Parts: sequence; C-alpha cells; structure tokens
Amino acid sequence: MYRENILDHFKNPRNFGNLENADATQKEVNTLCGDEVEVQIKVNGDAINDIRFNGRGCAISQAAASILTEFVKGKNFDEIKRLERNDILEMLGIEISPVRLKCALLALYALKNALRKVENA
Amino acid sequence: MRQEARTINAQEIKKDFPLLQRKFYDKQLVYLDSASTTQKPSVVIESLKEFYEKYNANVHRGIYKLSEEATQLYESAREKIAKFVGARPEELIFAKSCTEAINLLAYSLELKEGDEILISEMEHHSNFVPWQQIAKEKKAKLRFVKVDEEGKLDLESLKAQLNEKTKIVSITHVSNVLGTINPIKEIADIVHKNSSAVFIVDAAQSVGHMKINVKDLDADFLAFSGHKMLGPVGIGCLYGKAELLQKMKPFLYGGDMIKEVTFEKTEFNDLPWKFEAGTQPIAEAIALAKAIEYLEQIEMDTVEEHDRILTQYALEKLRELGAKIYGPNERAPVISFNLEGIHSHDIATILDGEAIAVRGGHHCCMPLMSVLGISGAARVSFYIYNTKEDVDALIEGIKKVKKVFE
Ligand SMILES: Cc1ncc(COP(=O)(O)O)c(C=O)c1O
Repeated sequence: MYRENILDHFKNPRNFGNLENADATQKEVNTLCGDEVEVQIKVNGDAINDIRFNGRGCAISQAAASILTEFVKGKNFDEIKRLERNDILEMLGIEISPVRLKCALLALYALKNALRKVENA
Repeated sequence: MRQEARTINAQEIKKDFPLLQRKFYDKQLVYLDSASTTQKPSVVIESLKEFYEKYNANVHRGIYKLSEEATQLYESAREKIAKFVGARPEELIFAKSCTEAINLLAYSLELKEGDEILISEMEHHSNFVPWQQIAKEKKAKLRFVKVDEEGKLDLESLKAQLNEKTKIVSITHVSNVLGTINPIKEIADIVHKNSSAVFIVDAAQSVGHMKINVKDLDADFLAFSGHKMLGPVGIGCLYGKAELLQKMKPFLYGGDMIKEVTFEKTEFNDLPWKFEAGTQPIAEAIALAKAIEYLEQIEMDTVEEHDRILTQYALEKLRELGAKIYGPNERAPVISFNLEGIHSHDIATILDGEAIAVRGGHHCCMPLMSVLGISGAARVSFYIYNTKEDVDALIEGIKKVKKVFE
C-alpha cells in the first residue's frame, strides 16, 4: 500500500493550502481515524478552475486528496460527479484493504459535497 | 505470607491458544491487541463445544435431568466467577458485556433533576455515553474528574467535585488507552467520605490482569466483560452490593426475572435473577468459569508480574525508537504511542503486513483524545501468551514503519 507515489504525495502534497475567494469549501472527517480533508474550489461555468486542500491524517487520505486535486483541475462537473471508488483506486494505483477505503475516498466525498454546494447556491 | 511471584513460560502458554498458531502473509501472527479482546485457550473453546454436545437445555425451567444439569453448571459458574472477584453469588449478575452492565446501572439507579454524575476524562465510551444520555434524560449534571499531565487521575479534582448532589461516581480501574491503574481503594474512600454517591468501577481492563476483591476495593458496583479475560464474547458480569441491588428496579423485563405474574401485576425474582430477564448466555457463562480456572492455575500475581515485565521491556524499547508514549510509567499492559509525522493507521497497516496485530485510532475514548490533543494513537497491549520475542517483532516492525516514512 505504501508505494513510492503514495509516499511522495503524502510528503509533498500538491495543491495544498488555501484559495482566495473560493466558491465553495467543504470539510469531511473520518471519525474512525480522525482523518480530515477540507477541499476548496473555484469554478468557471461548470468546470473546476482551481482547487486546494487542507488536512491531516493518514498517508492514504492525504495522498488521495493530493492526487485527486491534480486530476480534477479543469475537469467539468459531470465528469467529476461520475468519479467513484474504482476511479480513485486506479489513480492511487494500489490495493486498499476494506477498512482503509474510507480514508482513500474522503477527498472525493468532500469534493462532491463542495460541488453540490456550488450547484445549490 | 505472600510468595514470590512465579514467572510465566509464555512460549508454552501460547501452545494452548489455537488461534495464535495462525499465520498471515506467511508470517506467524503476533497478537498485540488483547485490550480489545483476548484470544481463547482450548479449554474455553472445548467447554462451549461440550456444553452444546452434552448439557444444552434451558436453565431454571426444565423438570428433567438434563435441565437440572445445565442449571447446576450455570449456577456453579456463577459461584466460581463471584468467588474470583470476592463476591457472593447472589451479588453477581450476568449480562452480555461490561457495556450492558453499565447500561443496566444507568437505567436502574434512580436519578432526579439536579443530581450529579461524576465520571472521568479517561473513560471508555461505554462508561461515558450511557451517563451522558441518562443525564440528559433526567436533567442531571455530568461532571468529569481531570486527568493530569502524567495520565493519572487528579484526585484533587475528584474531591473538589464531590458534593451532596453527587449520586453516582463511575471510574475505570485501568485505562484502555493510558494503561493507568487508578487507585480504586483510595478513590472509594474519597467518594464515600465526601458524598452519598454509589461508586461504580469499570473493571473491563483489570479483572483478567490482577487480583481483584470487591470488598477490599469497597466498590458498590463493578462491571467487566468475559471476552477480555480469555472467556467467550457474549458474557459480562456486574457485581453489586446486595442491599443496593435489592432497592433497584429491574433493567429488562421478561421471563426468569419473575416470581409470580398475574394479569394485574408481577412480583420480581430474588437476586441475582431479578436482573436476568430471558434466556441468558448459558454456555458462555460456563466457559468464562473455565477461563477463570485457567487463570487461577497460572495465579493472578504471576499474570500481573508477567504483564509488568513485558510492559516495562516494551516501554524501554519504544522510547529508544523515539515514540511519544501516553500515560504513566507504572501501568497495566497497555501502551498507546505515536511516531512523529506518521498516522496510527499507517503504523497499524504496515505492522499488519508483518502479521503484527495492533490497534490505531481513538480506542473508543474520543474525549480523552481531545484532552491529549491528538486524533488517535497506535496501541499495543499484552497478555499471558505474549513473549519478549513478540515485543522484539514489534520493535523491528516499527523500524520498518519509520523507514517507509523516512
Ligand atoms: C475500559 C473499558 N471499559 C469498557 C469496555 C467495554 O467492554 P465491552 O465492549 O466488552 O462491553 C472496554 C472495552 O474495550 C474498556 O476497555
């Protein structure tokens, strides 16, 4: 599970930090682990213009957030809404034991809820 | 005269536990999560099998010989378990778990608006949430004894919060996170001198690890789970002083807890059956008595000494690796720790790859985690079947963890 790319994203997270004037901010926590991921997005029409995340927790949750933010920049809402478990696992490129799945999916969950906020605004 | 404690041959003891022979990823399992649940020796597993093959019948009901035998086994189990903690059989109530026993108390002890319940910051959710909920329902006030820097209960904070409104004090004997062994006798004394409250001890982490005598401790109630002391899951116990139990209303209603039922009213059964509604976990109770026999053969002083030696050894080795350890030095065989910059679940996952079973996370003590200022910790816990070699395997495993995150 702790391949080079995962550890690299954990130690050097991409898109880490805050956005000025974010259109939506969404934080999710995994109460079992205490993992936290907050996603901030800026949108342009129905596409993600820019994204940042903040968080703390296990390597899987933080690396998944980093990898996801890289992937979704510039993508439109429909594409993102279609993302599911297997897409994340593919991006991570590792096998995840069932108990750790929640960690891997936390960022996606936050992102989808952030999109919902934008759409309902 | 107290004899010198004998030492355990854990390597030999391990052979009595079939599960500990398992391998994961081609490596021998190193089980370091006994604070969650202990593994079971063959005698306990056999006892369950034997009951269903030879003695299965409902108890207190059948007129036939088989039911009489089952009842006899079940009630002797109660006697054995009661004696083990220094109680009389009618003071030992069977429940499904320590959690259920505490819930029984939360529901059956009388509380009214303005009363105060005092627990501590280090309580397991099972000695926390029931009190929080019942306090809300009864408009009682829930208060908390502080935990000091070292991870011990602050007895000044205990004293300061006791008053004439305090009706219930419920404190854990051993912390399942910090390993702290709370001075129960001293606490009981403080509680009884400074209030009219009943004093409850959560003994989930202590009964299987040290000699306990409820009269000595002067506890009014004491709750524990069988599965944390070599027994099966599904059986727990509540000790209570007879005069207090007599005054309390039943927790669950149904069969077996009655003397006489008419269309108008029900007369409840005597102790302890008044608190045991419905068919109880009979085989489990008998198997728990077997577990106790097994522990008695080793002797509790020896168990305690073995725990102590392993724990001190592990503490020293973990410190050498720079682990941040929570809780006092003198402690029960539970060690929670963190490694700088590494989440406890990453530690647990990497150790699992070495077939070393440890816990990560909040350990059902979220309020304590917030006091410690952390979201979780890795935890190792030991029992009679753990060896120095198990600790050495853990230490090698942790070196691997550190290497991965270098
Ligand atoms: C201190 C303490 N109290 C209570 C419990 C609850 O035990 P059970 O889940 O068997 O009811 C535990 C279990 O982890 C514990 O460690």
